[in-house]
Amino acid sequence: MAEAVLHVYRGDAQGGGLKEYRVPLEEGMVVLDAIHHIQGHQAPDLAVRWNCKAAKCGSCSAEVNGRPKLMCKTRMDAYPAGEPIVVQPMKTFPIVKDLVTDVKWNYEVNKKIPPFTPKQNAEWRWKQEDIDRVQEFRKCIECFLCQDVCHVLRSHRRTDAFAGPRFLVRVAGLEMHPMDAGNRATFLKDEAGIGLCNITKCCTEVCPEDITITDNAIIPLKERVVDEHYDPLRKLFRLFAGKKEP
Amino acid sequence: MAQRAQAAPAATERLGSTDRRDAWWLAPALTALGLTVLGAYSFWAALQNAHYEFGPYLSPLYSPKVVAPWWPLSPALLILIPPVLFRATCYYYRKAYYRAFFLDPPACAVGELHLGKYAGERKFPFVLQNLHRFAFYLAFVWLFFLWHDVWKALWFDGRFGIGLGTLVILASTGTLTLYTFSCHSFRHLAGGGLDCFSCSAAARTRHGLWTKLTVLNGHHMGFAWISFFAVTFADVYVRLLSLGVLHDVRFL
Ligand code: SF4
Ligand code: SF4
Ligand code: FES
Ligand code: FES
Repeated sequence: MAEAVLHVYRGDAQGGGLKEYRVPLEEGMVVLDAIHHIQGHQAPDLAVRWNCKAAKCGSCSAEVNGRPKLMCKTRMDAYPAGEPIVVQPMKTFPIVKDLVTDVKWNYEVNKKIPPFTPKQNAEWRWKQEDIDRVQEFRKCIECFLCQDVCHVLRSHRRTDAFAGPRFLVRVAGLEMHPMDAGNRATFLKDEAGIGLCNITKCCTEVCPEDITITDNAIIPLKERVVDEHYDPLRKLFRLFAGKKEP
Repeated sequence: MAQRAQAAPAATERLGSTDRRDAWWLAPALTALGLTVLGAYSFWAALQNAHYEFGPYLSPLYSPKVVAPWWPLSPALLILIPPVLFRATCYYYRKAYYRAFFLDPPACAVGELHLGKYAGERKFPFVLQNLHRFAFYLAFVWLFFLWHDVWKALWFDGRFGIGLGTLVILASTGTLTLYTFSCHSFRHLAGGGLDCFSCSAAARTRHGLWTKLTVLNGHHMGFAWISFFAVTFADVYVRLLSLGVLHDVRFL
């Protein structure tokens, strides 16, 4: 039977390295199957987080051959036969053990987002075309692969000042909601740090839900921030009209 | 066991360090090459101040044709300010040059240059990218001049005609129009800024426009490249005609 060679990261906050495992290849096998085989037959102490094996819970995020991936959605036959497949934990978050990282920073960021603010005295009805945009953002499974790959967090380590693409997607879902009365432009500029995103689109490249994060969420939000904070004509208009334009 | 530092702080990351096995460097290298070649040619052509006209054809790099006696250099250096601002602040080109020239990042999950504390588009000069919509307004006006050139390229000594040059100039203006109309800022201004698309007749009209612009916007990168090629090619063609190297083909 054909075999696959995997180099899996083993270690914790104190350090570690790649360890080689050999796993029998089966048709349709995904990387998570191989990891489970290793766990079941060779290394019962191998730590891995997973839940659904259907690309829907967002738990099994890791880096396969250096690219952020859901292990359960990454087929073994996508890689050249005979070459080792390297499986490592997400690099941006602190490691707990082996393939498991601590993603709690994300939940802290989430709490800071001004919540859905329903319009007062409005009829609670809307049309499909009003909600299409928002539905794209609701596909998010919170795998945090976009947070992992975003260079603002990964390389520049600006967790102090940047919410990351996942949460810009969430804000976009609130801002563009037809029944939401909130305005998060100042939050986006000052607290979510949207200006730190240089629209290099790595988040869009890795999103397993194919959310067009940069084009449909981040750029439209940047434009809303421009409306509110950078566009001198709009500022003048507001000054003379004494109110916000529609 | 190969050692690997976890969550390496920025200071220890080296440019190009990655566990990726694919040719991640290819896309930024091609982008850098394409932008350098097209940019360098356009700059050279803009400096020439000669051979930008032939018969009814005007190179798009010199359109609109202006006479500015107070300006000692090539008029193209003035004429091109709006188009250059438009492209330099374009959301697509920003991605392209931040990756290919600033290596920030060169590719996804690849180590980058660390020059001081990262500020993205928050500080001068990059904070000015927020004014892209004003470059769009100018570029929109430029389209009128460029379509006027297409019209002029249909008349040979007062008689209607179509030459290869007409088609070359049409391709340049046509692709520039697609590029301009697929702009992210335009998409926002047209309707993207609305929260409710169905709440008024005006909103419904803007939603219709936004939907069409969204389709165009999906091809913005393609239009950015094709239009840059087409503009450059139109200049090359007119220049070669003017130099007598080529002879125009007339279809009508
Ligand atoms: S486009 Fe912005 S948010 Fe997305 S990965 Fe790049 S810098 Fe991060
Ligand atoms: S936006 Fe996409 S990549 Fe980011 S957390 Fe959601 S599903 Fe994952
Ligand atoms: S196990 Fe649920 S997304 Fe992979
Ligand atoms: S021209 Fe590219 S985004 Fe406006």
